[in-house]
Amino acid sequence: MATTIHEPPQIGRINGSSGGGWHNPSPPNQANPRFLKDRSEEPAKTGIWVGLAAITMSFAAFTSAMVVRQGGSLDWRHLALPHILYLNTVILLASSVTLELSRRQIASYMGAARSGAGNPGRWLYVTLFLGMLFVAGQYAAWLQLRSQGWYLGTNPSSSFFYVFTVVHALHVLGGLGGLIAVVSKLRQRVLRRSTLDATSHYWHFMDALWLYLLFLLITRF
Amino acid sequence: MGKLLAVTLVVVAILSAIPIVRHTWGPPEDISTHGHLIDQQLADTMIESGIAFLAAQIILGIFIWSASSARPDSKIKNFPGGAKGLVAAAVLLVGTEVLALGVFGQKAWASVYFTPPGANALPLQVQAGQFAFYFRYPGPDGKFGPIHPEMVNEGNQNYFGLDQTHDQDSKDDIVAAEMAIPVNREIHLLMHGKDVGHSFYVRELRVQQDFVPGLDLSLHFTATKIGRYEIVCTQLCGLGHYNMKAYLSVLSPEDYDAWIKKEQAMQ
Amino acid sequence: MHDTAAHATHHGPPTSFIRKHIFSVDHKVIGKQYYALGLFSVLVGMVLSWIMRLHLVWPNFAIPGLGILSSTGAPGGVVTPEYYLQLMTMHGTLMVFFVLTNVPFAGFGNYFLPIQIGAEDMAFPRFNMMSFWVTFVGACFLFAAFFVGDGPPLAGWTAYAPLSALGKITGPGEGTGQTLWALSIATFCIGQLLGSLNFISTTLDLRTKGMTFMRMPLCTWAWFITSCIGLLAFAVLLPACILLILDRVAGTSFFIAGGLVVNDQLQPHSGGSTLLWQHLFWFFGHPEVYIAILPAAGIVSHILVNSYRRPLLSHKVVIYSMMAIGFLSYMVWGHHMFVSGMNPVSSLAFSFPTLVITIPATILTLIWIGSLYGSKLRITSASLFALGFVSMFVAGGVSGFFLAQPSIDIYLHATYFVVGHFHMVMGVAAIFGMFAGTYYWFPKMSGRMMNETLGKVHFWFTFVGAYCIFMPFHYLGLAGNVRRYSTFVDDFMGPLMPVHKFISIAALCTGAVQLIFLYNLLHSRFWGKPAPANPWEGTSLEWSMPSPPPWDNFGGKHPVVYHDPYQYGIESSTGDYVMQDSPEQIQTVRDDKKLSPE
Repeated sequence: MATTIHEPPQIGRINGSSGGGWHNPSPPNQANPRFLKDRSEEPAKTGIWVGLAAITMSFAAFTSAMVVRQGGSLDWRHLALPHILYLNTVILLASSVTLELSRRQIASYMGAARSGAGNPGRWLYVTLFLGMLFVAGQYAAWLQLRSQGWYLGTNPSSSFFYVFTVVHALHVLGGLGGLIAVVSKLRQRVLRRSTLDATSHYWHFMDALWLYLLFLLITRF
Repeated sequence: MGKLLAVTLVVVAILSAIPIVRHTWGPPEDISTHGHLIDQQLADTMIESGIAFLAAQIILGIFIWSASSARPDSKIKNFPGGAKGLVAAAVLLVGTEVLALGVFGQKAWASVYFTPPGANALPLQVQAGQFAFYFRYPGPDGKFGPIHPEMVNEGNQNYFGLDQTHDQDSKDDIVAAEMAIPVNREIHLLMHGKDVGHSFYVRELRVQQDFVPGLDLSLHFTATKIGRYEIVCTQLCGLGHYNMKAYLSVLSPEDYDAWIKKEQAMQ
Repeated sequence: MHDTAAHATHHGPPTSFIRKHIFSVDHKVIGKQYYALGLFSVLVGMVLSWIMRLHLVWPNFAIPGLGILSSTGAPGGVVTPEYYLQLMTMHGTLMVFFVLTNVPFAGFGNYFLPIQIGAEDMAFPRFNMMSFWVTFVGACFLFAAFFVGDGPPLAGWTAYAPLSALGKITGPGEGTGQTLWALSIATFCIGQLLGSLNFISTTLDLRTKGMTFMRMPLCTWAWFITSCIGLLAFAVLLPACILLILDRVAGTSFFIAGGLVVNDQLQPHSGGSTLLWQHLFWFFGHPEVYIAILPAAGIVSHILVNSYRRPLLSHKVVIYSMMAIGFLSYMVWGHHMFVSGMNPVSSLAFSFPTLVITIPATILTLIWIGSLYGSKLRITSASLFALGFVSMFVAGGVSGFFLAQPSIDIYLHATYFVVGHFHMVMGVAAIFGMFAGTYYWFPKMSGRMMNETLGKVHFWFTFVGAYCIFMPFHYLGLAGNVRRYSTFVDDFMGPLMPVHKFISIAALCTGAVQLIFLYNLLHSRFWGKPAPANPWEGTSLEWSMPSPPPWDNFGGKHPVVYHDPYQYGIESSTGDYVMQDSPEQIQTVRDDKKLSPE
């Protein structure tokens, strides 16, 4: 029994909101302005939010562990936060800005069907650099605390400080991996809009998560 | 084979219910003042669950019997009331049952946890550690001396880490490996966990409570019948968990006084 | 017009042996890999339970070969008290994680979810492959615990702190064994998170044309809801395991209070909270048991409908009930902690949603039973196990009713009543769901039929055997028989030993019968009769493809779905059913008229 062959189903997701050339799924035979493939099924768009939900839940678990631990005992000692944390915050926020710049640059480059020069990935490299700088800065913060005698097991406040910042930094490293993949795909001309979007959402989420953690550190540590 | 399944279902369900109905194996006699509330709750739940269990299995069996012998050309019928009826039945029947048991069950719980011990309650401390229970009585001064964990030494039988040289209150504390209490007297049981998690369980008293290392909890109860009962540990605490138990003697007031004097002399 | 855009996103056909069978991104291969891992784990878990049951009634019995596995744990094959607990811990961990989460959910779900929604593969095939291999690594960590120094941990699958957090001073196996356990579970969490990510994204995004949410089969719904539950639950267990590992190796005190004395040595930790572990663990642990049962319930619904030859009384009600169970599962975790020393007001608070969850569970049961009325039941091995599931679900659910009430829990907590309850629902009902799924889907997955006679023999012995084993657990519990004891030395246990003997004999016999299933599975895999595409006259999309399906499921095309998933009991050109992707217009027989018009 033959079923009708038909075009890919529209599942009701609205593709992107900026830049031309992204909206319509282009059949592969037509001249596509640039080298980005598009398709109507974009599970990376849903997938990233699902993943971020899980990460949120994990940090919620760590937060409630901290609240219980802090409230249940009298041994919590105030931890003076290394000042470099604030510099790191600025660096991370800047990296989100540069990431958005790169997204717009890539989008307009795609939409305008220009040929020739210009490196649409320039701002991506800056983002990568700032991201690595952030992680290095966090490492510096850990070294500083260690030099002051605050180790993982010294006090519940230092324990949670390291747990929160290390787990966050590991996730940032994951985000850096995603950005490297984006850069590589861009250079090979196989970058999908959804991949770039998903990676960007993840990166901005790491920002927001860091701001939340900083808020926790400032107010409760 | 559908008919065989139907019959097997019903037979198995009825056989399962028989030991319950006949009380072949069940809780021992309740010797506490609050236990009857728990026992009543248990009995009510047993009746409701038992009816639900048997009804479900029997109806399932009946339907299997008739559906597996349906003729291939018979029309499909819907259960009267359809899904709506069943949902309504579930919500109403189960809902009321649930609320009733939940709401009335509060009484039993409240009697254990929401009433404070009386002023006349006899204070007694129990310590759980791998793999034994030890009991401490405050002695004539009515006070428990402080526990010094660093001084705990099982070899020297200093189970509680008492400093009887320097702590005045510890001097007359009585430490025993057995728990004895007077009948019909409320007991205020202070619970101290020495190492890992343990639990205090006396079936006849209808009492069970975990020891939480770092958190000193307490229980209160009154025993109503003289006798010798077992206290067993019910929270997995290591290789000796199966053997971690002590005896609870519920004595007449005179026998209890004698026991305390004897224990005091042995300190 | 040929659709290559969809092609471009998915993988081409695998060429090498490694790509085909080992590091495969094909969801069907991954599903079978999960099933195989689960099968291995359940066999090991079952053997462990035999050793436990033997030891309980014949403590001095020397088990052949065990002394070689552990000369300290079982010198001469006689199980020591600590080794009993160590085997018990591994039994629980293997069964709950590597069997009950792996097979009905990751195994069958990976295989059939994409097919049933008309997709070519999961949304993220490489993450999917990673999810299996990460789970496999987790299994390796766990099995490794059998072979290290003083063996596996003895703290139970629940690993309560401080017993599990203080290290090897608390007992044999609490050193390396417990750390391996925590690493294993943490790794397992990551595998499950990757899996849930795939299930959710695939269900939301890759449904084919005409496959609305309400047209998804009930097992697909169950997998989808389970993956939502799992995403949030495993995301909490992972932090808990990380904190536990830190307490064990890094000198932190998350779960370890101050002033603890073990073997006369004062422990250096202080300030940690014993109850914190329990809250974190059970916040995961309660949803976990619904992760264990919901896929089985979905599979059973799917099979029963096919066996009844009519739709269930209401497709939507079943879906909403499963959703309600999933939602409520996050509000009840404290019922594991009624006597834990937790605030007694919280106990009452947790008791109410626990009792309320009875309602959607009852609705499901009533729909299964009510839909049987007036239907034409076909008896196969699969439908026998599916009906057996309903019986076991009732039996297990009813005992939960007792434990949901804190006052009754004072008496029944930590007795065999609890063990009977969770074995009935997880160890029997969920396993019946797995058996039913196997008998039902084996022809599709392997292209061969299983032996129906052997399947029925397997059912009868297992059904009666399971009741014989687990019903008596409840009687023991009512008598106050405490659980997790390696030997029974209490005075009141004397009259209960004949019950234990009965259970042990039933367990060994029923266990032996499982070899029939294993034989049937392996023999049929190679020498079973070739299976047609649709041996059970099923309606969902898996039956529209050859047995076994080609590597790309639908041959590069997207099927179009015209009908609800369970059009049985109607008249069509194919018989009393019409398949979801058949363009044939038919008259339907259905109670719920709100589904899409036909």
